[in-house]
Amino acid sequence: MSEQRGPDIRPGRLTVEDYAAHFADHVPPLTHPQAVLEASRCLYCFDAPCVTACPTRIDVPSFIKRIAEDNLRGAAAAILEANPLGGFCARDCPTEVLCEAICVRNVQQGRPVAIGRLQRFAVDRLMASADNRIFERAPASGRRVAAIGAGPAGLACAHALARAGHEVTLYDAKPKAGGLNEYGVAAYKTAGGYAQREVEWLLSLGGISLQCGWTLASPEQFENLRRGYDAVFLGLGLAETHELGVPGERLAGVEDAVEFISTLRQSADPGTVPVGRRVLVIGGGMTAIDAAVQSKLLGAESVDIVYRRGPHQMRASPREQDLARTRGVRILHWLAPVEVIGDGGGVCAVRFARQRLAAGRLEPAGEECTLEADMVLKAIGQRLGNPLLKQCGLALRNGRIAVDEAGRTNVSGVWAGGDCIAEGQDLTVDAVAHGLRAARDIDLRLRSARARAEE
Amino acid sequence: MARLDIEFCGIRSPNPFWLASAPPTDKAYNVERAFEAGWGGVVWKTLAEAGPPLVNVNGPRYGALLAVDRTLIGFNNIELITDRDLEVNLKEIAAVKRHWADRAVIVSIMVPCQEESWKTILPRVEDTGCDGIELNFGCPHGMNERGMGSAVGQVPEYIRMVTAWCKQYTRLPVIVKLTPNITDIRFPARAAKEGGADAVSLINTINSIMGVDPDTLTMSPAVGGQGTHGGYCGPAVKPIALNMVAEIARDPQTAGLPISGIGGIGSWRDALEFIALGAASVQVCTAAMVFGFKIVQEMVSGLDAYLDDKGFSSLAELRGRALPSVTDWSFLDLNRVSKAVIDQDKCIQCGRCYIACEDTAHQAITSMRNGRRHFEVKEEECVGCNLCVNVCPVTGCITLRDLAPGEIDRRTGRAVSAERLHWTAHPNNPLRKGA
Repeated sequence: MSEQRGPDIRPGRLTVEDYAAHFADHVPPLTHPQAVLEASRCLYCFDAPCVTACPTRIDVPSFIKRIAEDNLRGAAAAILEANPLGGFCARDCPTEVLCEAICVRNVQQGRPVAIGRLQRFAVDRLMASADNRIFERAPASGRRVAAIGAGPAGLACAHALARAGHEVTLYDAKPKAGGLNEYGVAAYKTAGGYAQREVEWLLSLGGISLQCGWTLASPEQFENLRRGYDAVFLGLGLAETHELGVPGERLAGVEDAVEFISTLRQSADPGTVPVGRRVLVIGGGMTAIDAAVQSKLLGAESVDIVYRRGPHQMRASPREQDLARTRGVRILHWLAPVEVIGDGGGVCAVRFARQRLAAGRLEPAGEECTLEADMVLKAIGQRLGNPLLKQCGLALRNGRIAVDEAGRTNVSGVWAGGDCIAEGQDLTVDAVAHGLRAARDIDLRLRSARARAEE
Repeated sequence: MARLDIEFCGIRSPNPFWLASAPPTDKAYNVERAFEAGWGGVVWKTLAEAGPPLVNVNGPRYGALLAVDRTLIGFNNIELITDRDLEVNLKEIAAVKRHWADRAVIVSIMVPCQEESWKTILPRVEDTGCDGIELNFGCPHGMNERGMGSAVGQVPEYIRMVTAWCKQYTRLPVIVKLTPNITDIRFPARAAKEGGADAVSLINTINSIMGVDPDTLTMSPAVGGQGTHGGYCGPAVKPIALNMVAEIARDPQTAGLPISGIGGIGSWRDALEFIALGAASVQVCTAAMVFGFKIVQEMVSGLDAYLDDKGFSSLAELRGRALPSVTDWSFLDLNRVSKAVIDQDKCIQCGRCYIACEDTAHQAITSMRNGRRHFEVKEEECVGCNLCVNVCPVTGCITLRDLAPGEIDRRTGRAVSAERLHWTAHPNNPLRKGA
């Protein structure tokens, strides 16, 4: 056997059957009898806490009661009325810290109603039905809105505005709509191409024209949009990944976790995606978990998540951390990278400095360790990083677009939502809520402008 | 160990659990299995007079009301009385009774309302060596259209007449099975007693349609696209049966008449309730049809443990013990005051008590305190109606507290009186005694 040069990064570590099993739904859909039984556990609470915990305020007791009563179309309608991306959110939401965290059955039975899985059941059944349209558009308003970014915020905003009778052009830089739903979320959370099926369903409403491969490149272009449309919604993603800022970061085998996930999501066959034999994922959020778990599922021999703070500071929810551990990922805390070490061909290890908290701030504890690696995935967060926004006159806060409580930016006629705004939580459901909030305000504005024009 | 054996109008049985006259007691095969499982007695599925056997539908004979988890709540049937040959049934009854001498074997009978018909069949039944007969005046479907079953049970004069014939033509104890499809159960019970009945059994099934198929818009169960009302039974009918048993047990004209309680009995607790309200034996059908004959073992075990736990040495001591607690509305004590109490440690914050009270009762529960979700009874509004207790999903979380005499009712501002006050003597009653 010949000596291999450079780090061991290659595709095809597993059999076809293994790949198929690893990238199927990691939470299997409920069967009809399971859904009905689970639905019967819902107490139909007064002013239900689960509803208040949902950023989009889905009427959970209503949709669950409808499942129990075998009115699945009505159940889906209740969900999608509040959140047109309810199908994706049902797969992706950290329900254990949202609706299910506050379910009163936790107190009584130690187990919440499986709201997320029930929501998925209802929406899946609608999507699979012969006629899955439930919304109709209001009479045409003659108004036109541009939405920049076809991620969850832009899609939700466009859908709501199209329902209200406006014409929406949805622009996106990528070849496909969906944003992180399509490019950023772990494959096993949205098996079966769900993100695109949802986009198709959203667009089937009518009134939304999608223009992919379109990039906002100049302030003039922005001004043209403002002039050409009655309103503009900015639902941009975070374009740049934070850098480690340590020597060796450019070595072969050091990649952005976001890029890694995107490559995997866009590959028709996970067997073609290269993965290291020993993978280090640096970071502590959902992206770190998604990258680590999928590295393991691709056949990496060892995968470690290395985070500079403790378990309680990790942005990944406890359930996500458990998921990683049960998939064989090791999570190491209080280690910050100091140097990525190469052996000429690429990365071979990372040297870390142990950290400790001193008066609330991280500082080196004076101890170091080195972990061998064939691949290093950086997942230490993203930033908006688009200097153009400032040039367009948009006020920023904490590096993201500043908006008011209705989603308005400081520029007249321009709204924003999703990860690009200051209050963004990086959750799909938050982005949807932002998009819908802006749509409501845009619709109000356009209606009152029309009323004034008719006076 | 307490004694579960009973004597019911001269019929002895090692325990009070009898299988009711129904499909489970159709033939020797079933009854043998039932006795092996431990049933104290059976009422053999109703015999008809000699002649060509009856014909049943060969399609859905049963329908069910199910909970979401498919727990059976109610059950109905349109099966007729026996569709077997009389001679075969009589031969089997005799053989079974010989084999199981310690068990009660009662034979249910339904023949036309003519003296000759009863006079003919009774000696044949008596010859089997059975312990008693039950007159099926209850079956509400099919046979009633032919002038039998509930068609007899709905006319007290017929009950009296046929019962008297039976007492004339057999020495066996006569149990009259009553239909609940009447307005006042006391009248048929009185008629049975006047006719000389040794006991009554009730309730038979209630006229019922189980539902409508939303796709075909046909009633269910349906045979070839049409259905007919069936007889309703199972857990859902128990409260109706308990009331009727108590009505007969506390009616001065029928007090002391042995009662075999029937209707939704599926556990020892159900049986205990019937017995405490005056029944001396209980009959079971639906529970056996759902779970099989073995279910009697759980009933025997539970009732036995209960009697021991409460210090009863026999079932007879338990019989009728709850009857003094049943009265007419007119004699309820209008001076008693109860208030709901929510145990905050047990409350899971679902708010069902609040919305039930707010929307449909007395607006006597808070939903917020200091801006936080909090459910608490407003005693100044609470009338003690018990609605919140019933809708609360947590056992023991909401209870009713009886105010002590002298305590101020915050709703009325008046002190609770130690005196009893009935409507018959209430100052607001224009017809009160002494008014």
